[in-house]
Amino acid sequence: MSTATSTLPPKREITTKPRFSDKVFRAVVTTGGFSSLVILGLISLFLLYNGLNVFRTEGLGFITGFDWIVPLPEEGLPAQYGIGAMLYGTVVIGLIALFFAFPISVGAALFLSYYAPDWLKKPMVLVIDVMAAIPSIVFGLWGFFVLMPHAEYWAKLIHKYLGFIPIFDMPANAFTRSPFIAGLVLAIMIIPIITSISREIFAQTPLDRIQAAYALGATKWSMIKSVVFPYGRGGVVGGAMLGLGRAIGETVAVYTVLNIVFDIRIEVLLSAGGSVASMIVNKFGEANPDELKALMASGFVLFLVTLLINFLANFIINRTARE
Amino acid sequence: MSQANPVHSLANVAAAHSASKGDHHIAGTGIEAKNIHAWFGDKHVIDDVSIDFFPGTVTALIGPSGCGKSTFIRILNRMHEFIPTAAMAGEVLLEGKDIYQSGTDVTKIRLGIGMVFQKPNPFPSMTIKENVLSGLKLAQLKVSNQSELLESCLVRAGLWNEVKDRLNEYGGALSGGQQQRLCIARSLAVSPQVLLMDEPCSALDPGSTLRIEETIRELSASMTIIIVTHNMQQAARVSDRTGFFLSDGGPGRLIECSSTSEIFSNPKDKRTEDYVTGRFG
Repeated sequence: MSTATSTLPPKREITTKPRFSDKVFRAVVTTGGFSSLVILGLISLFLLYNGLNVFRTEGLGFITGFDWIVPLPEEGLPAQYGIGAMLYGTVVIGLIALFFAFPISVGAALFLSYYAPDWLKKPMVLVIDVMAAIPSIVFGLWGFFVLMPHAEYWAKLIHKYLGFIPIFDMPANAFTRSPFIAGLVLAIMIIPIITSISREIFAQTPLDRIQAAYALGATKWSMIKSVVFPYGRGGVVGGAMLGLGRAIGETVAVYTVLNIVFDIRIEVLLSAGGSVASMIVNKFGEANPDELKALMASGFVLFLVTLLINFLANFIINRTARE
Repeated sequence: MSQANPVHSLANVAAAHSASKGDHHIAGTGIEAKNIHAWFGDKHVIDDVSIDFFPGTVTALIGPSGCGKSTFIRILNRMHEFIPTAAMAGEVLLEGKDIYQSGTDVTKIRLGIGMVFQKPNPFPSMTIKENVLSGLKLAQLKVSNQSELLESCLVRAGLWNEVKDRLNEYGGALSGGQQQRLCIARSLAVSPQVLLMDEPCSALDPGSTLRIEETIRELSASMTIIIVTHNMQQAARVSDRTGFFLSDGGPGRLIECSSTSEIFSNPKDKRTEDYVTGRFG
């Protein structure tokens, strides 16, 4: 572009003089924008500050160990804190929830995008959105009183016919408050988020590709397989991960329907599971100051895990949306 | 086609083209639109259009924007019904059978009547090869010799030489003109009797346009082609017959439809003459 002349002019700074009203507005929205960052930062600092001592004394054992021993003061023994079993349990119920919620949600999203008649679409979307707004304790109570008796029966059936698979084995006759049941309740809670994200992604499928498929004699199903799924794959996976993030952070509902035991067990039908968030609620009321710090440390770990999953999910969704 | 000569008038082009074509071998199946009306909601957009598209001919549909050409062509392969409020009346006869008859499998209809869109729309998640053969997968057809079909479709679409060494690259990597020819190849793979083209060159540069026009001429030997175009030179260059659509603010009507040379040199209707000579539109 430039010619042989070596003296190019310096680049000019392009500015404008903002008006006063603009400055005020700018200050307001900047404050708003940064406030969430500040709050997030302060919370994590608070948790880290309080839990730091526990991390120091327990080291990596805090993540990998699965003993939570709080000796009485007169015993004079050291406390032991390890949330390995809880982290494991959290992942297990999260995956169980995803196992049930994912196909239902994707199916619902497809139905709403491509099959539902117009008069049904709006009310159904509304209902699904309302589902997301139901307080989690309501799900917990419903899970406990309504779902559990049925789920117990299903669990027995699964054990009876699939008991040879180790995860469906049953060492004791205790089918209630199992990871399986907690996972079911969580599944219902994460269906709305996965459905609405999948639906939005499906709705963005470029119309020209859909028409191209139909013009080639595609049936609706083959069009969805060849056009909608390849386009929406990333977004749907991202939606599932957001759901997983919610499942992992869920506290009260799980607390109501899960028997928390500090042990890593592979039998998902057994009344013994773990969840970091519910464990914190469980112990919080009666914790001594020292144990409280360990709970803060647990909260920090949970916070990091959910943050990571959400970041990953958003990354995947955004990458899909740009395609 | 005498591309080397400068184009003096559209009438000359059309006449020269018709003369060079003569009575060529007639192939393919015709398609006939009878008394077609169309509505979007309460808005009447096409008023009583009847055209008989002869086998093995290229028919160009011309007219100003908003005269219902694209709507009309989309009625011919039942793409019209994807617009929620769309309605139609009349009959479209393919091999003498009404494609709107109740109990018709619309996917079979669209297999017989292919479509190329305004904007090139290859499937970006598929390779060039997969794009060409996508129709087989979508319509659940089985073909014994896929690589032969792949080559013949790309050859007929005039794309084979440019892509034969990169069949496993993604379709999105091609230029706009190549993508459009890939879309033509894709339509050919399910061997339609009729090919609809909705302004296939409006997003392309002149070189690619010329290349696609050659393809259209070659394809017309084996199928019936209907092309909507805003470009009158294009209509004059590629078509055997031309239909002129016009809307006077109300629904679009077919003003006249006859041989291309007649439309451009000796139109019956004053409005056609005004349009093809560039007095409006």
